[in-house]
Amino acid sequence: MSVENTQGQLWEVFIQSKNNLPYKHVGSVHASDKEMAIQNARDLYTRRSEGRGIWVVPSNCIVASDPQDEEAMFDPSDDKIYRHATFYKMPEGSQNI
Amino acid sequence: MANKDLLFQYCLRLGDTHNVLSHRMAEWCSNAHILEEDIAMTNISLDHIGAASAWLTYAGQVEGKGRTEDDLTFRRDERDYYNMLIAELPNGNFADTIARNFMFDVFAKLYYTQLMESADETLAGIAGKVIKEANYHLKHSSQWVVRLGDGTDESHEKMQSAINEVWQFTGNMFEMDSVDQTLADAGVGVDVTELQDSWMAIVEDVLEEAKLTHPVDEFMMTGSKQGMHTEKLGHMLAEMQFLPRAYPDAKW
Repeated sequence: MSVENTQGQLWEVFIQSKNNLPYKHVGSVHASDKEMAIQNARDLYTRRSEGRGIWVVPSNCIVASDPQDEEAMFDPSDDKIYRHATFYKMPEGSQNI
Repeated sequence: MANKDLLFQYCLRLGDTHNVLSHRMAEWCSNAHILEEDIAMTNISLDHIGAASAWLTYAGQVEGKGRTEDDLTFRRDERDYYNMLIAELPNGNFADTIARNFMFDVFAKLYYTQLMESADETLAGIAGKVIKEANYHLKHSSQWVVRLGDGTDESHEKMQSAINEVWQFTGNMFEMDSVDQTLADAGVGVDVTELQDSWMAIVEDVLEEAKLTHPVDEFMMTGSKQGMHTEKLGHMLAEMQFLPRAYPDAKW
């Protein structure tokens, strides 16, 4: 059974919590255009001062990896510890690394 | 009237307008066409509650009889309410709500921009807070006017009919009585007649973009400054005030 979509297009929402920090995915909203998407994202995801910046991206513009490729994509790095930067000491006072 | 009484009356009108509009917007809760819009409408309702709270609290302080914002909200009858008529108009369909809010939001943006210059620090302070919300509300309502006006045949027809219906309530926003005039002359209040041309320019810009028109100014409803209202306000207050009237001073 198919149901007609009356909710509008789906958009993915990214919020920047403070200046200079990266935008993080927080969820999605329905909207019929980009202005509405930004406003809906603002109303849904920043009502309690969660952010200073918002990105919205049409969900169908996101290119995602295929879950079937998971092993091929991600497993090879597991057994090569020299690829992980675990042998360095963190410099004192450094943040957001 | 002494200056104190004038200022009390002035703040009361602003508080009542935001309070009544807030209640109308709250009536949308769980009734909007999509979840996202439902939350947007409720958010706007909460903004207006905040503004009403600031105005009525200050009104109570100015009056000096110990009345709180709750006393002023729940223990006055219809004839003692002085909100703008446009605020009490029923929600109707979504286009009716958007038309009503749009006309008021344009006014609020212009009004609060001026009131930020008030000689009364509290008035200027409240205006500085409310203007940010007013700008956002205008963005929300004006974009919807365009979206619906320049949308499908049906949405265009509904939006046009909503504009036609609400138009007769817009003149009331620009009325001045002796309270307004005295406070405007003292630099405390705003001379709203000076805002009317700018208001019309913004409204016409948005309507043009939305492929809509507005009716000619034939007849304008009036009476809010004397506590005269449409038949709709009494019903709203009956619902809004029932609980505190039935159980005075109840706590939970």
